[in-house]
Amino acid sequence: MTNIGIIGWMKANLFNGWFNSALTLLVAYLLWLSVPPLVDWALVNSSWLPSGEQCTAGEGACWSVVTANIRFILFGFYPHDLQWRPLLAVVILIALLFYSQNRNHWRKSLFYAWMVGLFTMGLLLKGGLFGFASVESNLWGGLPLTLLLSVFGLTAAYPVGVILALGRQSEMPIIKSFCVVYIELIRGVPLISLLFMSSVVFPLFLPEGLVINKILRAQVAIILFTAAYIAEVVRGGLQGVNKGQYEAADSLGLNYLQTMRLIILPQALKIVIPPSVSILISAFKDTSLVVIIALYDLLKTTQTTLSDPKWMGYSAEAYIFVALIYFVCCFFMSNYSRRLERELDTGL
Amino acid sequence: MKTSAQEKIPFLRDPAKLAILYQFLTLAGVGLLSYYLVHNTLANLERQSISTGFDFLNREASFEIGETLFQYSAADSYGRALAIGFLNTLLVSFIGVILTVILGTLLGIARLSSNWLVAKLSAIYIEVFQDIPILLQLFFWYAFFYEILPSPRQAVSPFAGIFLCNRGLVFGVPFWHEAYKYVFAAFVVACVIVFFLKKWAAKRQAATGQIFPLVRVSLVLLLGLPLITWWLNGAPAAMNVPELSGFNFKGGVTVSPEFTALLLGLVLYTAAFVAEVVRAGIQSVTKGQTEAAMSIGLKQGQVLQLVILPQALRVIVPPLTSQMLNLTKNSSLAVAIGYPDFVSVAGTTINQTGQAIEGVALIMIVYLVFSLSTSAFMNWYNKKIALVER
Repeated sequence: MTNIGIIGWMKANLFNGWFNSALTLLVAYLLWLSVPPLVDWALVNSSWLPSGEQCTAGEGACWSVVTANIRFILFGFYPHDLQWRPLLAVVILIALLFYSQNRNHWRKSLFYAWMVGLFTMGLLLKGGLFGFASVESNLWGGLPLTLLLSVFGLTAAYPVGVILALGRQSEMPIIKSFCVVYIELIRGVPLISLLFMSSVVFPLFLPEGLVINKILRAQVAIILFTAAYIAEVVRGGLQGVNKGQYEAADSLGLNYLQTMRLIILPQALKIVIPPSVSILISAFKDTSLVVIIALYDLLKTTQTTLSDPKWMGYSAEAYIFVALIYFVCCFFMSNYSRRLERELDTGL
Repeated sequence: MKTSAQEKIPFLRDPAKLAILYQFLTLAGVGLLSYYLVHNTLANLERQSISTGFDFLNREASFEIGETLFQYSAADSYGRALAIGFLNTLLVSFIGVILTVILGTLLGIARLSSNWLVAKLSAIYIEVFQDIPILLQLFFWYAFFYEILPSPRQAVSPFAGIFLCNRGLVFGVPFWHEAYKYVFAAFVVACVIVFFLKKWAAKRQAATGQIFPLVRVSLVLLLGLPLITWWLNGAPAAMNVPELSGFNFKGGVTVSPEFTALLLGLVLYTAAFVAEVVRAGIQSVTKGQTEAAMSIGLKQGQVLQLVILPQALRVIVPPLTSQMLNLTKNSSLAVAIGYPDFVSVAGTTINQTGQAIEGVALIMIVYLVFSLSTSAFMNWYNKKIALVER
């Protein structure tokens, strides 16, 4: 028998030993049973036209449910003529994310670019300035809302998380205990209980007459939730910094703020970049929970489409489409996090 | 000349005094904020004439619950309804945890398989299921049951005696027989014997160096004793098999679509994470350990049992427990697909009584108890398995 070429490869990787050979044959048989019908369903027999006339007769998937309602699924109730604005906001966000991928671009100017970018996105969504028509936030929905909740959630949660982590490491007993209680309390409960709190309890906390809109309340809940997880990640980074660094900073006569800002945090935050990306991924996935308090994010707009009698019964297709959006985003992020982990690994 | 001790340190330069000042400010800030919130809340509650306190738990709930583990009707109290919800959460988490550990371990091992096809498929599974939000997966499985699966008449039967249809999962169970009581008793007895056998074997090995084939003997005992009891009692084998009658199944056990969809979603999602945990655990044991164990003459099984597993488990168990906790917390998403878990029942209670603060507090307390008891277990376990270094 040959040991090179495709046959050699198969011998080494698929048929080494009787157990693996049997396993390969079994798996190949199962794939042969399941994949061709799936391809038939999804591609060969499927209908794509927005009219959806073939759907009732066809055997295959009815992607028409997506193509016919794509604008509603992606943008929700945002005024039809103005939907270029959220689209542009999403494009800006994706462009910024792509540009930030390269670590050579990590300079102070990038930080300002992000600030300007986030502001522009907010402006595009909300309007009311520079001649843009104002769009009330209860009309926001779909993909922009999902991205807004997760990106602003993480951006705002990061400083809070860093402060909590510093508080937890602090030697002042009262501050330390507050931080520990907060972190453990939040990490112990599901996000949904915080979202419930934001939708039913939070209004009770406010003085009479003051009403804060629903999206902002959910955003606050997501920030408070994410901050606790970031705090734990940052704590890991703080513990990863060598004790000698603290002592060196002390011996230079730096005070606490200077020590943290100039010596400790730059090193600690570098260690925790990969786990922070993982938190971004879970924050991105977790924003889908706002469906439960009836915010029109990507998942809720999809469900609303499916409750239309014309499109009832095509849930699988619509959910697969949404799953694909989530998958692509998360896949890029997790790949990026793995790459960063390799790049940042200085071998110390 | 003054010595440094007599030199007066300015107040703002003295870390000890500043620490007191900062803590006092924090305390005052938190105190004021809580006072403000409590003040507002009390005013709001008074204005909406909602009474505070947990008295509502004794009032009549007047809503039905689809799935209950014990007797419940709409005439029962809110307290009883919440207890039902709590048990439902426990039930789905318990079964979910067991299935997740099994599936996750298999996937984790498959990920490291030398079989290219199996390893790649497992990797694809892990990536795909980790990257799709759990809620979306739950909606998908829920739709799968209600839209894609056929009615009972055309039910899909993947294995004999098991049916999948839009009424849920239907499967056969053995009819109850007196003998099963003794079988169960025999199993308990076998467990006790194995426990003492293990102690005795360890003692004997320490004293004489002779190794007792513990695993094989225990397996024989654990399986053999119940089987013999079953056979001695006349080997009852009558099965309560589901059969079509009219438009639905009769007999067997029916598990609702909501429960099955929730369980399926939770298990498939969490198993992807558990697989990564298991993979990392197995990879953490270096190859040298296996080689060293083999070079001192241990057999294949002993290498696994005495060298690899104890070290791999030390890495696996802590993140595994946190995944189990995640599964329990994610089971709260049951509210989105209509399975009456604790959060769902509490949500209905909040809607009906307006006791939002108490309801949300109850939800938080229940999950805090789960997570605090888990971390108590983790601390105990970490202490138990901590490396004893010389």
